[in-house]
Amino acid sequence: MGFVTATADRLTIRNFTETAGLFRTLGASGFRRFSTYRQATAAATATNTVFGFLRTYVMLAVAGSAAALGGQAAGYDAPQLITYVWVGQGLIGVVGMWGWTELADRIRSGDVVTDLLRPVHPVLGYLLPDLGRAAYALLTRFVVPIVVGALAFDMYLPRRPATYPLFAVSVLLAVLVCFAGRFLANAAGYWLLDTRGVLMGWALCAGVLGGLYFPIRFLPEWAATALYLGTPFPSLLQVPLDVLVERDPPIGQLGLLGLQALWAGVLFTACVVVQRRAERRLVVQGG
Amino acid sequence: MAEPAAASTAAIYRRLVAAQVRSQLSYRVSFVLDLVSNVVFLGADLLTVLVVFHRVPVLAGFSLADTLLVFGLASLGFSLAELIVGSIDHMQRHVRTGLLDAVLIRPLGVLWQLLVLDVGLRRVGRVCSGLVLLAIAVRLAEVAVTPANLLLLVITPVVGAVFFGAVFVATATVAFWWVDSGELSAALTHGGRDFTSYPMTVFGGWFRRLFAFGLGFGFIAYYPALILLDRPDPLGAPAWLGWCGPLLAAAAATLAGLIWRTGVRHYRSTGS
Repeated sequence: MGFVTATADRLTIRNFTETAGLFRTLGASGFRRFSTYRQATAAATATNTVFGFLRTYVMLAVAGSAAALGGQAAGYDAPQLITYVWVGQGLIGVVGMWGWTELADRIRSGDVVTDLLRPVHPVLGYLLPDLGRAAYALLTRFVVPIVVGALAFDMYLPRRPATYPLFAVSVLLAVLVCFAGRFLANAAGYWLLDTRGVLMGWALCAGVLGGLYFPIRFLPEWAATALYLGTPFPSLLQVPLDVLVERDPPIGQLGLLGLQALWAGVLFTACVVVQRRAERRLVVQGG
Repeated sequence: MAEPAAASTAAIYRRLVAAQVRSQLSYRVSFVLDLVSNVVFLGADLLTVLVVFHRVPVLAGFSLADTLLVFGLASLGFSLAELIVGSIDHMQRHVRTGLLDAVLIRPLGVLWQLLVLDVGLRRVGRVCSGLVLLAIAVRLAEVAVTPANLLLLVITPVVGAVFFGAVFVATATVAFWWVDSGELSAALTHGGRDFTSYPMTVFGGWFRRLFAFGLGFGFIAYYPALILLDRPDPLGAPAWLGWCGPLLAAAAATLAGLIWRTGVRHYRSTGS
């Protein structure tokens, strides 16, 4: 007996205008949806800001001790670390580090079936609203911590104009990598009934290995290199922040972007493969 | 008739907890992953301290051993509080889904019911690793074994647990007025733990004064640790502040209780 797929024929791209219209509509839906959660946005921004202060003071103490010994902390000076912390606090909301359980919830409730009936590939169907969400976060959760940080401390501003567009590209890639990672963690729900442990594992790795708790460069060099090359996590925060504070020369910045793009490619391929396998074994529980 | 009533109430709670334990253990893979993640989460904060000290030998005047003692006191107190009242974090969900309505009509205390509805069995791991860590830190920091120090080593985590528990309950109350308050409470619960995990000299200006004295986090680990380390406060505070924890914890618990009662009294169902 062969497999019977329950999925509808997916998006046959007829022309460019139609596709662009679809992208716009789905993206805008994510933007509008998250712009209605005003209380949640305000609360999350306030929390990110408090943690910005906590992390800045620890990093300043590190920079202070390193300077007293006549050196720098892993190649960062105090203003660079301040920018690192505050822009990082702003980016948490933009990349959407954790807290996304929508797909896992829909798998559990069985609602995911309706996603399969839509004429859009499920990965794309979740990605586009997520980009809209990121755009909304860029206007709100990104701006506030940076303004507060700039008012309270002396921040490092990029010296090379080219850094700004590189940072923008890096943030976009970070959003893509993070989405794909979250999608995969959620998709574990196709195989496990309770995904809380997997999602927690994702949140933990994203925070610790992504450069939120401390810059990954603080680790011994072999460990940092292994994390950059062997895991997608530094691509979430560490890479955009390193690009922004000009931790490396221009060629290094480009290399980091290439690494991010590579991880985005790998993870999206994995998303598509996992989704295909999941659809093969999906048993919808009644009710 | 008071005694049989109390006994049967205790029996009800026992059964509720047992039901929770059974249900959590039935998803075995997830439970193990949860347990491991919880231990590793403490490891993540510890890793941050170790990585920082990999870069510099001294942080704001404190060595690694001294910092670990502060960290150990803070994290044991915090993980004890989280084990017992940490599930109050889900308050918003209870308000939004209307679970609180169901809880309110039952003849048991509202707060206690909510706490047993989601027993954090998986958080036991964190308490154990916190204990081990504190024991190691005490050895590394060469804390003098005196009766006073031993007493302080016992009461400080308990004070921390009561204080952080009070912060958990007080901040969860926000959900009564502000349903979609997201992670706002984390700014004071986890944020408070981050503040207490480092020697206070790390922080500066109004921010230090606000967290240490305005909110009281300075008394949870830093001042007791100074007594244990037998060193004067670089910031010039008198040593006896290290013994003020129990008073502060009692005040915090009372205040949190009052805030909680006010919240329950002002509760209006979301209608869902």
